[in-house]
Amino acid sequence: MRNVKHPGTQSRGNGKGQSDPQPQQQQQQLRQRHPEAAGAPGPTGALQPGTEAPDFNLLATPDQRVDLNHFRGRPVVLVFYPADWSPVCGDQLSLYNEILPEFNRHAAQVIGLSVDGVWCHTAYAQDRKLHFPLLADFHPKGAVAQQYGVYRDQDGVAERALFVIDEDGIIRWSYVSPLGVNPGADGILNALEQLDAEKSRANAGLSKEYAHA
Amino acid sequence: MLDPGQTATLKTPVDERRDHIRGPRDAAVTLVEYGDFECPHCGRAHFILQDLEAMMGDRYRLVFRNFPLSQIHPYAERAAEAAEAAGAQGLFWEMHDTLFEHQDALEDEDLVAYADEIGCDLPRFQMDLLQGRFRERVREDFLGGVRSGVNGTPTFFINGRRHDAPWDLDALAEAIEMAAMTQGPGGADDRGGRHL
Repeated sequence: MRNVKHPGTQSRGNGKGQSDPQPQQQQQQLRQRHPEAAGAPGPTGALQPGTEAPDFNLLATPDQRVDLNHFRGRPVVLVFYPADWSPVCGDQLSLYNEILPEFNRHAAQVIGLSVDGVWCHTAYAQDRKLHFPLLADFHPKGAVAQQYGVYRDQDGVAERALFVIDEDGIIRWSYVSPLGVNPGADGILNALEQLDAEKSRANAGLSKEYAHA
Repeated sequence: MLDPGQTATLKTPVDERRDHIRGPRDAAVTLVEYGDFECPHCGRAHFILQDLEAMMGDRYRLVFRNFPLSQIHPYAERAAEAAEAAGAQGLFWEMHDTLFEHQDALEDEDLVAYADEIGCDLPRFQMDLLQGRFRERVREDFLGGVRSGVNGTPTFFINGRRHDAPWDLDALAEAIEMAAMTQGPGGADDRGGRHL
């Protein structure tokens, strides 16, 4: 986790902060509030790598709930987005839909979340033929987005934010994109590849220990 | 990693042995398009690119790579394979143009009819399509695009940099002139473009 980069923090945190001291102050305040977190919230407030992913239990369809803990043992990609039907979302979620075989290669589960209700999600997922669950962060509105630090109070919707969670439920990569910009899939795939690489390194280390024993 | 502050760049450089290239080798500017034969925007772009080609002459060359969004465009994947199958017979651009001119008729029988029209060896074309001989190649194009920051279609790269601005004729022409100016003599730099 220590190695997985967080471009959102880098681009804003480095160097140029002097002309705009506010984000730094904010960050400090946030750090003071959460001194225990290995990865304190960045300028956007999004939970950072190293943080345990808060559990949630949300409706995916009118009669089906999805629990994050249920996916322990495999990586999870959380995709927060502002709203169903908005044009950029369509592109972003459709893209992930197309790349599902790639995510499957890493055994990763993709989950979309927005503040839309289940009926809206159902219609949207059907229209776009999405093959991964969309969760309704609907009541209390945006509660999960808030827990992850990606709720936009001023607009009442979630940020366009990505989290890659490892098989132990720890956030290993997170990224917040400007609302109107499709963040693509490259960052997610990089993070998943890194997880796989670390895992095989760890496995190699283990088998070496056994060999010595 | 894609940072919105920084433009995405082409991760898979233009490869003359593999890519479909239209235009002179030593063109100052290379435009790479990631496209989908069933995507209406790509269809529109096709005619814009034809005008662009006429305008730019030999300062410009076009590379086409497949990015079929098969979940929303059921015929796109097959059409991409058909273009590659025609390409294996040296007829890629003929098929490419035909497909974009007939986006509303891309079923298998249409593809075969087009192949016949442009002069493909039909049994070979049909066998290639049937066996999915170019499925892997189309997938490679697609994944290379994903890693380069292709999020939808059409996506253009001008000398290796993603073109995030509008892509009407004037906007593309301007971006290409600009790239040609910042390009030193000695041809296109396929990877990342050059800074002055």
